[in-house]
Parts: sequence; structure tokens; C-alpha cells
Amino acid sequence: MDKKTILAAFKKNAMLVVTILVYLFFLILTQGGIFSPSSFTELINQNAYVYILGAGMLMCMLTGGNIDLSCGAFVCLLGAFGGVFMIVQGMGTGVSILLLLLIGIVYGVILGYLVAYVHIPPWIATLAGYLAFRGWGTAILSANSKTGSLAPFPVDFQRIFYGRVFPSEKGVFNWPCFLFGLLAACLIIFLVFATRRNRLAKGYEADSVKSAALKSGLGSAAIILVMTKLSMDGGIPTTLLWVAGVVLIYSFITSKTTIGRHFYVVGGNMEAARLSGVNTRRIMFMAYLNMAVLTAIATMTVIARSQSAYADVGKNFEMDAISACVVGGVSASGGAGTVLGMVIGATLIGIINLGMSLISLDANYQRVVKGFVLLAAVVFDILSKKRQK
Amino acid sequence: MAKILLEMKNITKTFPGVKALDNVNLQVEEGEIHALVGENGAGKSTLMNVLSGIYPYGTYEGDIIYDGKTCKFSNIKDSEKLGIVIIHQELALVPEMTIGENMYLGNECGHRFAIDWNKTYSEADKYLKMVGLSESSKVQVKTIGTGKQQLVEIAKALAKKARLLILDEPTSSLNEEDSRALLDLMLSFKKQGMTMIIITHKLNEVSYVADKITVIRDGTTIETIDNHGKEPVSEERIIKGMVGREMTNRFPKREGVQIGDIEMEVSHWTVHHPLYPERKVVDDVSMYVRKGEVVGIYGLMGAGRTELAMSIFGQSYGVNFSGELKLNGRHVKLRKSEADAIRHKIAYVTEDRKGNGLVLSQSIKVNTSLANLNAISSRTVIDGDKEYAVAEEYRDKLKIKTPSVEQLVGNLSGGNQQKVLLAKWMFAEPDVLLLDEPTRGIDVGAKYEIYCIINDLAAAGKCVVLISSELPEVLGMSDRIYIMNEAKIVGEMKAEDATQENIMAMILRSGRGA
Repeated sequence: MDKKTILAAFKKNAMLVVTILVYLFFLILTQGGIFSPSSFTELINQNAYVYILGAGMLMCMLTGGNIDLSCGAFVCLLGAFGGVFMIVQGMGTGVSILLLLLIGIVYGVILGYLVAYVHIPPWIATLAGYLAFRGWGTAILSANSKTGSLAPFPVDFQRIFYGRVFPSEKGVFNWPCFLFGLLAACLIIFLVFATRRNRLAKGYEADSVKSAALKSGLGSAAIILVMTKLSMDGGIPTTLLWVAGVVLIYSFITSKTTIGRHFYVVGGNMEAARLSGVNTRRIMFMAYLNMAVLTAIATMTVIARSQSAYADVGKNFEMDAISACVVGGVSASGGAGTVLGMVIGATLIGIINLGMSLISLDANYQRVVKGFVLLAAVVFDILSKKRQK
Repeated sequence: MAKILLEMKNITKTFPGVKALDNVNLQVEEGEIHALVGENGAGKSTLMNVLSGIYPYGTYEGDIIYDGKTCKFSNIKDSEKLGIVIIHQELALVPEMTIGENMYLGNECGHRFAIDWNKTYSEADKYLKMVGLSESSKVQVKTIGTGKQQLVEIAKALAKKARLLILDEPTSSLNEEDSRALLDLMLSFKKQGMTMIIITHKLNEVSYVADKITVIRDGTTIETIDNHGKEPVSEERIIKGMVGREMTNRFPKREGVQIGDIEMEVSHWTVHHPLYPERKVVDDVSMYVRKGEVVGIYGLMGAGRTELAMSIFGQSYGVNFSGELKLNGRHVKLRKSEADAIRHKIAYVTEDRKGNGLVLSQSIKVNTSLANLNAISSRTVIDGDKEYAVAEEYRDKLKIKTPSVEQLVGNLSGGNQQKVLLAKWMFAEPDVLLLDEPTRGIDVGAKYEIYCIINDLAAAGKCVVLISSELPEVLGMSDRIYIMNEAKIVGEMKAEDATQENIMAMILRSGRGA
């Protein structure tokens, strides 16, 4: 491999490079603290909602740069409902989960209908939820509790959304977790080479052996690293399963299915999509229905982690999801962007958050740094793409 | 011999991977109208961008000698200072602003910190008079028609004290009348000593106004033809230079096509305007198409041709439909759904490929498969390899010029974009194709290829409805012609009987009767 191809690979994956550089920066600053097993667990648990909401926001943005401003406030409302169901009413965990999902579906249907069939501009339609839901959620909370927060959630609820798969004591090496990591790594290597062989057999362009080896090697090394670290910290967090599930499902939908393709073409040229027989209204409807359901799932990972529902839960979540998408290269005007890009964006934000809390930077300055780092990352990304042309 | 105002010597301009211009030479005499012709992608616009400084000095090789001096422009301002003003094909006016504001956009007159509006508007009015516009410069641009907007662009150029005016396809969005007026205006400027370069696809305009014609093909100058002979240069002569071969027939012959039974028939078809439901945009139209037949629909702009086609295609335009649609003799229940129309094997190939035809930000592959994704997927999962194979197949079949089907459609030339649009609809495997202006804005060579595709479709037993505002095209391609005017079909003719004269006469007669 010569210098040119390496440079091109760097430019193509500029945001990944930035993420790694930022990680290395914090590695030095925290004197290795961010490399500790518990940091890995924390990174996943703390940011699970960004990945889940990011996937929903991605689908909305694909349809033409549309966003959902209400998801953060909706987390607060759903959290309050969850508290009422499980803590005040003492309902079963399974029933409560279903009810929360149902509320998500109801809101999604109403919002989707307004956006797709009544043609209310999405940011106005969701602004209503942004304003109303936090007030409503807080009102429910203060009506049911003197402190304005409901806690604690039942143990089995926490086990589902903030527990471990095959848990083990801290410090004891968790073999199931490690083996699972090995399996995933092998699967990646197998998939990369299987696709390559398949393409070659049919006479299409395919990666060279070197770059296929490099790609799958780096990917599986990263997975094994993360899983080894998690093995030393009590095993796979259940949030990782939720995140991985959402990421894999949405990667598949966006890259392989007709419905995913429809999201891209609606965002690329709504009229052309319509005249090609795409039901554009249904796509808009599904984007917002999907967003609301994913918000319900994200809510559960968040309230299980904080073990309580409170007025401030979900604050600025919509901004986190939007930034993850934008940093991850999702077009602000729609029609372009990938789940993998969003995942990288969300990870970058997560690393910055975790790194700064590890060096215990003042919360106000944390925001200042975050704002500028995000801007710098996007500027870097756009400049490196520009030079490619 | 008159003085040479501009000379471009051995201009070579390379983009990554492509040599857009290769040793191009151009000489323009003072006070002449010089036409620059060539196929799409031949390099005309690139050459003009080099001249006007959009591609600054140093990014190309060769010399620009203007008024006896070698020029090194680093941006448009530099070239405009010397009086070289370019008017681009796509109008660059801000619709919400007034004519006067637009004319002095970026060139505001007044002091450094404040605009002198009185001076702006009085100066603007002066130039508007010169181009023959009676509108006040305080009128908003969006309230005047495209023809007049083009004149505003020219007035804007004059306000920049243009000495060498470059017009890039100035008549592409104008009707016959406005085009002629514009060309006459150019001739009157010529008398006043202005030098002009015109880029155009319309060859009749070239022989009408140009003193000299330079032909560019594949980035090199082929020849410069003098148009001062007794006879004006014939269109065939210019075409020969453009495509590099003699084109004895601009419309390929369709041979041995069996015309079969009636495939599609509409009767008493009436459609109303979506915003003004009391207005009929299609009024009691009855027509039919046979298998293997090419039916032309000719009408002036606004006659209701597009509205007719789109309303047949799943009622994608209009409201309050009435009438009957029969396919293969069977009555079809009308539904407002494009997907339904595609299922009934009807395809509408739009006149506006960029606006509602193609997804420019996506690849050729994605665009090709879009209208028939089910054919390349099983249970909603797309078979990527199959999709690639399909795109490759149509790239070969339609001779789409591109390094790869992964190329974004937005990067293709107009003719190739049109082919991708056709590929999309051919892959949907329709029986009836409604082609709306399939050759708009593309060059002679690509037009010929599109005509061949139309013939192939007819030979395969498809019904083709060809909607066009170019009369020679309708005459040259159709088996049968419907003439539309003011939302109605006012006549039907066999191709053998039709001439330009009797079709125009039919339209005029119907207009008077109404």
C-alpha cells in the first residue's frame, strides 16, 4: 500500500480518525483512566440513548433534513408514566414496558399523521411536544411525589435495561462475554471475506485482499478489545445488547431493504420519488412513528440507569441525537447518511463527555469544550472531503 | 480585416481524470456575433468559464489575449472590469427582489456604506429601455415572465459596461416569439458595435445571427465556419462538424414495426387545476394508442399536454377527474396512486428530469432501479448484485457514458441524465410510455440516440406517446399526431398528411373559434 491510498483512506474515514485522536488525547490527559474496564462500561451505559435516538433521528433526517425536537421532552413524559406504572401503581414490569411502548406508538401515529398527511412542518409539529411534554411529565411527577421524582424502579426492570448478561463479580474474568466477543470478531472476518468472494465470483469490483484483511482485522480487534475490557468489569451490559440490536437492525434497513431505499430517495428528491411510485406520505409517517417508538426504548435505558424518573431527565437529548447524526456525516438537507456514520458521531460525543467528566472539568466548561470540539470535527470532515474533489 | 478583440490560444484545462479542453483556439473579431456550438459536454461552458475567470489564471494552460493584452484573471470581477460579461444559462435573478436591485446585485452603486437607490433605479430604467423593456425597475422579478427575465439579465450585463457579451443558451427556456425578439436585440447591439459570443443548441438561431461559427467537439476546436456567404450555412453543415459525421437523417427510420390492437384508450377525460378547481386543464379529451405505435401530441406551451399525461399516470396531477381509461380493452378503475399506474404498466417520463425525474444525489444504479425495486428484491430485501447487474445492462443498452454505475446522476451531462431517466422507466417494463419532452435541452447526437431508443421500444410492441413542443420532432417520429390547444384535442392526423403548416393552421383556427 502506498502513501496515496493510505491518505485517501484517512480522508474517507476522517471522522473515525478524529474520534481516535480525541480518545488518545483523553488517554494522555486521564493518564490511562479512560482505558480502564469501567470506563468502557460507562461509555456504553451513559450513551446508549444517543445511539438509539440517533438511529431514529437519522431516519427523520434522511427524509429531507427533518428533525424531531420533542424526543427529549417525550423521554421525561414517558419516564413519569413509567414511574407511575411501576412505582405508584405497582404494575408488573412486562405490562409497564408494553404500556410505555404503546404510548410511544400513539404519539408516533399522531405526530406522523400530522407531518405526513396534514403537512405540518416537522419542526413545528414537534415543537409542540418539546414545549408540552416536559411540563406534563413534571406535573405528573409532582402530583405523585413530594420530591418531584419517582424512585426506585423494580429490580427486574433494571435487570432488563441496566443489567449484565451472565453477570459475574467485578474483577472476575467473565468468560461468556469474552467468548461472545471472539465469536463476533470471527463473524466479521467471515462476512467481509464471504462478500468479497461472492463479488469476485460474479465478476464485480471487490476490495483487495490487503484492504479486506485490514478492514476486518481492525474491526475485529476493536471488538475484542472492548469485549475483553467488559469481561474484566462484570460482563456485557444489557444496554449494549439494546444498542447493538438497534444499530444492526437499522444498518440493515437503511442499506439493504426497499423501504430504506425509499427513505433516501424521498430525501433526495421527493417529487421524483412520488412519480416513481414511492408512497412518500407513508415514508414520512413511518419516520416519525419509528422515532417515537425508539424514544420509548431509549427512555427505558435512561430511567433504569438513573433508577428514577425526574423532571430534568432527557434534557437536550434531541440535541445529542441531532449532533450525533450531523457529526456522523448525515446530510442536513436529507438523502444522505449512514447508521455507521451516526454511530461514529455518537461515540465521539460520548468520548468527549466521558473524558471531561473523568478529568472533572467544570460542567459549564464541559459545554464550551463540547460545542467547539463538535464544530471543529465537522469543519475538519468537510475540509478533508473538499480536498478529495 | 477588423481588429481581433479576443484571442484564446491553445487553452488546455484538465479536471482530475478528464481533459475538458485540449488546445482550444478561439478568435473573436470586434463587433461580430460569434457562435460557439458543440454537443453537451464538448467543453463550451468550460471554455467560457476560463475566459470569465471562474477558473482562475494558473488552473489552465494557454493564453487569453483581450484587446491586445494578455490577461490573467483571478476571478469574475477581473474580467468584468475589462467588459467581459457572461450571462449564464440558468437565470441568476432573485425572484423576491426588484429588477433594479437584481441588476446592481454585487455591483451596487452609491457610497461605500449606503446604496444610492435613486441612482440605482434611474440607471436601471435607462438600461431597461435599451433592451426594450417597458417595465419599471421597481417591479419584483417574480412578477415578469421568463422572456422578460432574460432581458433583465442582458440589461444587467449592459449595466456592467459590457464590451464582450457572452450568452450561454439564452433562448433555452424561451418560446419562439421571445427567442426571435432576443436574437433581433442581439443584432441591434451588433450595429452599435458590441461584440458577442452566443452558445446555443438551436442551429436555426446560429445561422440567423452569427457571423462566425466555431465548432467544438470533445474539448478541441474542430473548425470555424464563416457565415457571410450568399447562402446561410445549412444546419446539416454545422451538425456534421458537431458530431463528426454526416447526418443525412435526423430521425432514424422505423422499419417493419407491426402496429397492433388498441392498448390504451381514454375517453371524455377531464381534469381540473389543483389550485383553481374551476379551471379545466384537460377538457373532454379522447385518444387512443395502439401497440407498436408512436403517437405524437403537439401543442404550444400551456396547452395541457403535460397535464394530460400526468393525470393518466395515476392522477399525479390535478383534481376532480372524470372520464374513462381502458387498457387492453378493459375498463380500469381510477385511483390516485402512481404505484397503481406502474402496476398497470404505464410509465410517465417527465419533462423536468432534474425537478421531478431523477434523484441527483444518488447513483445511476439507485435511479435505474427506483421504479421497480421489487424486481431486484425478495421480501423487501434488495439484492445488491442483481441491482448492479441491471444498472450495467441498461448502461450498455442505452450507451450511458459513465465510468461506473455508482457515479452520481448529478455529475452526468443532460443527455446522459435523460438516458438514465429512460432506463428507469424501461426497467419498470411498462406497456405504455408517456414521454414528455424526451429531448429537451440535449444535443443533436444524444437526441438521435433517444430517437433510436423510442424506435426500439415501438418495435418491441410498446405504445409510445411522444409529447413535444418541437414540431419537426413530432413530425419526424410519430405514426399519428394529436394536436392540443387550450386543454382540448383540436385535431388528429396521420403522419403522412401532417405538415408544419397544417398543424399550425389547426391550432390557430381552434384559437379563433374559442
